[in-house]
Amino acid sequence: MTSANPFANFVIVGERTNVTGSAKFRKLIEADDYSAALDVARQQVESGANVLDVNVDAAMIDGPKAMTRFLNLIASEPDIAKIPLMIDSSKWEVIEAGLKCAQGKSVVNSISMKEGEAKFLEAAKRVRRYGAAVVVMAFDEKGQADTEQRKVEICTKAYKLLVDIGFPPQDIIFDPNVFAVATGIEEHADYAIAFIEATRRIRETLPHAHVSGGVSNVSFSFRGNEPVREAMHAVFLYHAISAGMDMGIVNAGSLTLYDNVEPELRERVEDVLLNRRSDATERLLDVAEQAKGGAKKRDSTKDLAWREKPVRERLGHAMVHGITEFIIADTEEARLMAERPLHVIEGPLMDGMSVVGDLFGAGKMFLPQVVKSARVMKQAVAHLIPYMEEEKERTGMAGRSNGKIVMATVKGDVHDIGKNIVGVVMQCNGYDVVDLGVMVSCDKILETAKAEKADAIGLSGLITPSLDEMVFVASEMQRLGFTLPLLIGGATTSRTHTAVKIAPAYKGPTIYVTDASRAVPVVQKLLGKDRDSFVGDAKKDQTLAREQYLAGQDKRPRVPIAIARERAPKLEFAPVKPSFLGVRSFVEYPLEDLVPYIDWTPFFASWDLVGRYPAILEDDIVGEAARNLYTDARAMLDQLVVEKWVRASGVVGFWPANRDGDDVVLFKDEKRTKEIARLYTLRQQIEKGQGKSNFALADYIAPKGVSDYVAAFAVTAGLGEEDVAIRFKRANDDYSAILAQALCDRLAEAFAEALHAKVRRDLWGYAKDEGLSADDMIAEKYRGIRPAPGYPAQPDHTEKRTIFDLLDATARTGIDLTESMAMTPPSSVSGLYFSHPQAEYFGTGKVDRDQVADYARRKGWDVATAERWLSPILAYDPLLKARA
Amino acid sequence: MTREERVAALNAEMAKRILVLDGSMGAYLQGFGLTNEDFHGKRFADHARALKGNNDLLVLMRPDVIAKVHEAYLDAGVDIIETNTFSATTISQAEYALEDVAYEVNVEGARIAREVCDAFEAKDGRPRIVAGALGPTTKLLSMSPEVGDPGRRDCTFDQMAAAYEDQARGLIVGGSDLLLIETITDTLNCKAALWGVWEAFDKLGVELPIWISGTITDKSGRTLSGQTVEAFWNSLAHAKPWAIGLNCALGPADMRAFLADLSRVAECAVSAYPNAGLPNAMGAYDETPHSMEAHYVEWAKGGLVNVLGGCCGTTPDHIGHLAQALGGVKPRVVPHHDARLRLSGLEPFTAAA
Repeated sequence: MTSANPFANFVIVGERTNVTGSAKFRKLIEADDYSAALDVARQQVESGANVLDVNVDAAMIDGPKAMTRFLNLIASEPDIAKIPLMIDSSKWEVIEAGLKCAQGKSVVNSISMKEGEAKFLEAAKRVRRYGAAVVVMAFDEKGQADTEQRKVEICTKAYKLLVDIGFPPQDIIFDPNVFAVATGIEEHADYAIAFIEATRRIRETLPHAHVSGGVSNVSFSFRGNEPVREAMHAVFLYHAISAGMDMGIVNAGSLTLYDNVEPELRERVEDVLLNRRSDATERLLDVAEQAKGGAKKRDSTKDLAWREKPVRERLGHAMVHGITEFIIADTEEARLMAERPLHVIEGPLMDGMSVVGDLFGAGKMFLPQVVKSARVMKQAVAHLIPYMEEEKERTGMAGRSNGKIVMATVKGDVHDIGKNIVGVVMQCNGYDVVDLGVMVSCDKILETAKAEKADAIGLSGLITPSLDEMVFVASEMQRLGFTLPLLIGGATTSRTHTAVKIAPAYKGPTIYVTDASRAVPVVQKLLGKDRDSFVGDAKKDQTLAREQYLAGQDKRPRVPIAIARERAPKLEFAPVKPSFLGVRSFVEYPLEDLVPYIDWTPFFASWDLVGRYPAILEDDIVGEAARNLYTDARAMLDQLVVEKWVRASGVVGFWPANRDGDDVVLFKDEKRTKEIARLYTLRQQIEKGQGKSNFALADYIAPKGVSDYVAAFAVTAGLGEEDVAIRFKRANDDYSAILAQALCDRLAEAFAEALHAKVRRDLWGYAKDEGLSADDMIAEKYRGIRPAPGYPAQPDHTEKRTIFDLLDATARTGIDLTESMAMTPPSSVSGLYFSHPQAEYFGTGKVDRDQVADYARRKGWDVATAERWLSPILAYDPLLKARA
Repeated sequence: MTREERVAALNAEMAKRILVLDGSMGAYLQGFGLTNEDFHGKRFADHARALKGNNDLLVLMRPDVIAKVHEAYLDAGVDIIETNTFSATTISQAEYALEDVAYEVNVEGARIAREVCDAFEAKDGRPRIVAGALGPTTKLLSMSPEVGDPGRRDCTFDQMAAAYEDQARGLIVGGSDLLLIETITDTLNCKAALWGVWEAFDKLGVELPIWISGTITDKSGRTLSGQTVEAFWNSLAHAKPWAIGLNCALGPADMRAFLADLSRVAECAVSAYPNAGLPNAMGAYDETPHSMEAHYVEWAKGGLVNVLGGCCGTTPDHIGHLAQALGGVKPRVVPHHDARLRLSGLEPFTAAA
């Protein structure tokens, strides 16, 4: 152990003036409170920072402007300006704006080979002309380096390239990427070692170059537990500095010395950082709460009192509270005590899960907690499986299951968050689940059900065309003589649709499952002794639903399409011309810029937690579940953003456009002679009464004679999403897998929102002065709408094809369309932009035969095709004869 | 002699002895008794603003006078003369509403200097060097013009760089052998000047040696924008200057300590051209050719410098004494330091190796 100050030769880069690391500083910059922002900088200098890191990368901040203003103000504060600056941004224009305000020799943070060698060298040459040193991130076209080997390779290559163009090696600082450890993911266990060893090799082999890093990344998993984080930083720095790290972005005010870390905590931190034992993370978690110290110390001791109880109760406790820290050790203890490994599952584990099931059924636990419990169960089972297999080989005895269910998201559809949740819940209730994934053909579902001798089939879908596919699966089951129960679920499905369309196609039990919490009781009944009465009740309910549906058909007054068109709103037009015409891509949009745009309310809804964010966090009933879920989600989001688990790309396009009836015609150029595409819209046909308008999206575009425009977009935040989910699932962590998918969904929506803001303020520019907060934006208090095909204002999914072709969206963003017009990756959004000041979202409601026939003619379809795509909004049953 | 040959010959000389730069233009011009007519002439007879005092304009209006001053210094024995273009940027000339002639002043200023030097070279074969002079302009990039609004700037980096690029192109086209960015009060202005100079190099396909000379405003030892000498060097070392030095503001007695600092850190030639002391009550400078000579000799023998000359208040007489006194004194040896990461704010920061 050392006693000399390890920081004596260490360059301390103060991190508090970095909006990505300090919410406080971000808010000051956002609020234009520069004098308080200067105080933060001054405090960093007073705390001993050698260099001041300045980063203003945030969605709501105009980067170049804020960087310029802050650095100009620093220049007039000699007690701050005395130390060098680290100009930190992921955007070159922000870096350059900073360099243009700095008389000193600064450090640029950072450049990399992310976009290839040519761009890297170009940036390096400019950095050199401004007379700055540079941080080079271990990042190339293949991504961020996470192994020792890749880190060293990339840095070595960058070094040679830089030295070859005359960049002084002493002005090169490598950042070999500090990533979080103790995440529960096995692949992450070596991240700290990879950094430390890469540092050693870089310092040995690349003369004069330096190594730096964002130290606080390493302890991300312990957000909220500052004592443990500080201990991790101290130990990490001790080893990294010994290996040659000589600069670090740290909180200059709170550096702890290695020797001052409490020895037990230090040892456990060291175990984690150096990956010295497989249970290192668990052992650190054991002491993490105690380390929080002070008043909380006693509480946490009490919290850990359950550890004193017998193993059976401990397993139950872990299950109910979703605690994975001790599960392997406890399971092993239970296994050694049990006659057969299976007994551990059938005994304490199933008991624990049934408590969870009861609490869930009683509304005392909520989905996120259940899924967390399932994670505990899965990890326990995973530990037991090798023993059970060994036993099976030895004795031929196998375990018993409550039943087997084949589940799939149907052909053409890619959404599976809900299905995954159901799968997990089923599994932890003792059912075998064969999850076929997404876009599964009917053949494959039915073949698998046969081969696996399944007891039930579950179908899921989110988009409307999936409804037809479900009807098809049902009819195939009938044709092939299936009798087993068919379960229907997913956002687009309904009691009525199941009753009216699916159940009549299949004589076996066809049951609509409202949400994940209903899945287990439904299956229990279907496979239990009460099956017949349950199925009988279900059939009765479906008959009722059909009657209600048919009765409802004639009661809703509709007007002929010709009349509805006469009642189109009469709008005034004063269109604004966009800043450009044609298409523009946004490749690898910074994820951190999307975070403020996230609308959390639907996120909770995807976990069956109903309520508006943020009020939901304080809700009497679901508040605690929501808070815990939110904490987990924010922690993962931070990591997801910092470590770039996924990539976001988007495209937007503007075209001259005019209304032609209910169509919107897009033109090649301002001459408006060459039509390049036509968007078809549907009109409300409901009788609204005198003086009220019947809307269609086309109403928001001016007729010929006025130079109007329409825009389209497609964005995704799901590039790489699947790999993330697979990684977690492989680690038996479905909770995190689902969480990651749900976050990607939110990021995609946030991207659509962010891009819309950019369009309104800048690209289209009809609302240049719009100064809305992120909340106002989520509440859509702005001018213009962005309706998406498949949603109420235009329920026809096939319009996506037109949008994709116009935008060349697949080539530009990596989003594909399936034959059912689902976008893949699923965390994608596409749609149109309308700028008219009175444009509002509306639903078309049900449409009648005359409009469907007219729509079919316009689109060049036969009526049957139109009825298929528009089936959810038909005001009539296409199988019944047209009314006279 | 081509520019390259001349620079090579100069560098060979610099290895052997301390080079001599000329002295003040302004002090000597006073002796010519120039009037409004000399500045306005026919060309600017109706110009809206008074032009007297815009000395750079004389390269267009009285090239004969400017040539005489250059000749006087060359007669005194100097190796290098500066072009009379200290204020010939569009930014500085805007004060006289003469942005449009800035480029022309630079071309002519360099051409006249080169012509006079050529005549001297022809006599004895010894190379005479034209240093194209780029002054600090009337704006500061690091400081607000208003105390109450510290974030404000009157000029952007890009505007400043563009003005310097224009000046550099003129100086190069007119025949300068090297470029001297001088009297730097704000290091960010100098960075913009370097940016402009490099842009000019790129566009003209040439590369001239760059000489940088900063100004320490007072005994605090800092530039007007607040940097210490070492911070100043760290900020500009990337330019790989032919020489770096100090000039103006201080007389030799007050400049010495800061020159010693610069001499210690700079890994290139070091220059100094102080004022002839500080202006006295009568606006004249107190240091005589003899008193200045004593300082110069002490610096030279102390191994502080590679190039010496004079700034405000110095005359061909001062410089003549300087040139005479330096005979046989060895120049400063350029030091080489460890390859360390050296950064700066207002103060220097050096990382451990």
